[in-house]
Amino acid sequence: MNAKQIDQQQLLKDEKDPLTHTPVHLLSLEKVGKHYGNIVALTDVTMAVDNGRVTCVLGDNGAGKSTLIKIIAGLHRHDEGVLHVMGEERKFDSPRDALDAGIATVYQDLAVVPLMPIWRNFFLGSELTSGFGPFKSLDVQKMKDITKKELAEMGIDLRDVEQPIGQLSGGERQCVAIARAVYFGAKVLILDEPTAALGVKQSGVVLRYILQARDRGLGVIFITHNPHHAFPVGDRFLLLKRGKSIGYYDKKDITLDELTAQMAGGAELAELAHELEQLGGHGDVVKEVQAEVAGTASQLPA
Amino acid sequence: MTMTPTMTKPAVVDERVGKRNPLQQLLGRPEVGALVGAIVLFIFFAAVSQTFIQPNAFATVLYGSSTIGIMAVGVSLLMIGGEFDLSTGVAVISSALTASMFSWYFSMNVWVGVILALVVSLSIGFINGWILMKTKLPSFIVTLATFLMLTGLNLGLTRLIGGGVSSPSISTMDGYESAQAVFSSSVNIAGVDVKNTVFIWIALVAVASWVLLRTKVGNWIFAVGGDANAARAVGVPVKATKIGLFMAVGFCGWILGMHNLFAFDAVQSGEGVGNEFLYIIAAVIGGCLLTGGYGSAVGGAIGAFIFGMANKGIVYAQWNPDWFKFFLGLMLLLATIVNLIVKRRADSSKG
Repeated sequence: MNAKQIDQQQLLKDEKDPLTHTPVHLLSLEKVGKHYGNIVALTDVTMAVDNGRVTCVLGDNGAGKSTLIKIIAGLHRHDEGVLHVMGEERKFDSPRDALDAGIATVYQDLAVVPLMPIWRNFFLGSELTSGFGPFKSLDVQKMKDITKKELAEMGIDLRDVEQPIGQLSGGERQCVAIARAVYFGAKVLILDEPTAALGVKQSGVVLRYILQARDRGLGVIFITHNPHHAFPVGDRFLLLKRGKSIGYYDKKDITLDELTAQMAGGAELAELAHELEQLGGHGDVVKEVQAEVAGTASQLPA
Repeated sequence: MTMTPTMTKPAVVDERVGKRNPLQQLLGRPEVGALVGAIVLFIFFAAVSQTFIQPNAFATVLYGSSTIGIMAVGVSLLMIGGEFDLSTGVAVISSALTASMFSWYFSMNVWVGVILALVVSLSIGFINGWILMKTKLPSFIVTLATFLMLTGLNLGLTRLIGGGVSSPSISTMDGYESAQAVFSSSVNIAGVDVKNTVFIWIALVAVASWVLLRTKVGNWIFAVGGDANAARAVGVPVKATKIGLFMAVGFCGWILGMHNLFAFDAVQSGEGVGNEFLYIIAAVIGGCLLTGGYGSAVGGAIGAFIFGMANKGIVYAQWNPDWFKFFLGLMLLLATIVNLIVKRRADSSKG
């Protein structure tokens, strides 16, 4: 594997922040680590997120992806390293802190309350009110209208904003969550395995919304274990394994093939094929494993 | 026979939206099952008993309903918020005992006791909620413990301070008259005496409904009950909301406790045990899901009304009251099954 790794110091050193004209990342992590008691969940992770770019975090189950986003989303505090938001060092105490800093997360389990109507979910935690003092009441009509409009802008043709969100399909729910984050002025959008539970078509729909969010100028962190979903939309790829970073690449420096090989234990698969051959295993089995190794490249999404 | 083309369908409507007529829309409400039950029950008792529909008798039914209903408001909100409270029955008595014993022991104006009782009631709610949030134990365990402790405290402290099983009479003390006027009086409407608890009850239901459906806090209550983790992730103050709900239950308990005290002038220290289930039953019959996230304050009120009708109706129909409990159990079972169907329908994903 000869793909060139990203040097954080060099990354975007020529680009300036549009507001402050200083070279600064929207969000950056330097050697961040987290342990739960004596269990080390994450060590030495370095990554950066910028406007209008998709940073993919790839890793198998237990690689530390969830821990990483929980740190960025404010659910856990990191124990080592530093986290910068717009060049300022931060440590989030609560999801509210992260939200206020412009970091919105769309969770794997979606962070929606299934029994509540779509519009109530859309505005949950940031409700619009009118009136004063103790007589502040929800501006229901306005919230319904905005929900409908925002979702339409994301290309989601909604049936009825009054229906419980639990009745929507998985892809639609993802889209509501993404639209919500975009509406509430998120600068960084974290998507935790948005395509994990979805079929091929629905995954495609969600990937399109990721690009739409990117084109709106958001910095997107896309967490997935599927390189075929990550590669077409990602600009940068951070690979995690057993809580450690095993690679950090720019799109121009890596191919899907290499990404898949590193990510899904391609090297181990190749090793396994070799080993099987040596042991005189059945030719079919060896071929199958080899085909698996090679075949991943041909599965490029159209 | 000629085929008449029926092409007058409105084209603007999204074809995926099945036509929802007002009836179907109504059937989607949490309290509709209870409402149908209440109407059926009303017609039933009106048919079997002439007395039941007499204004005076009906005022009695309303009064009986209100003593359950006042608590059911708080308990319903709490249940929508995903918790329940087993200590409510005895907490009502604790509140009444606090007011009467304190005023009596220190020979103070009863209003001082009344205010102190409010503080105690809110504190019980706060402690319940706070322990629950700190320990993350199920509310069943925490409030069962509170229930047992309060039961013991009620009996123990009453004997220790007053020397009996009942609080001493406070009817001659300062402020008794005015407190009685506030917490336990009657309003004459067209020749019928209606207890003021009925109006307190209705006012509480109205306020609770408004909070639930038209305020931020109401949105949070649904959210913490529906999915506390999701709520936390989008920035809802889950702990504060839940603790607040327990305190709201405490507040309702205080009102009912004060009514119990001033309806007579003393309280039995052993009372209240078992009443917590009546409040929970009222909320469940009214369409609140035991698992939280779904229900309404109006539903709890209808549940309490069903309870009141059944309770008094059996008497007016001159049946043996032994049947009451059986009937209550049956209602509870039916209501829970209806709720289950509602929840399954709402949960079913079409993807």
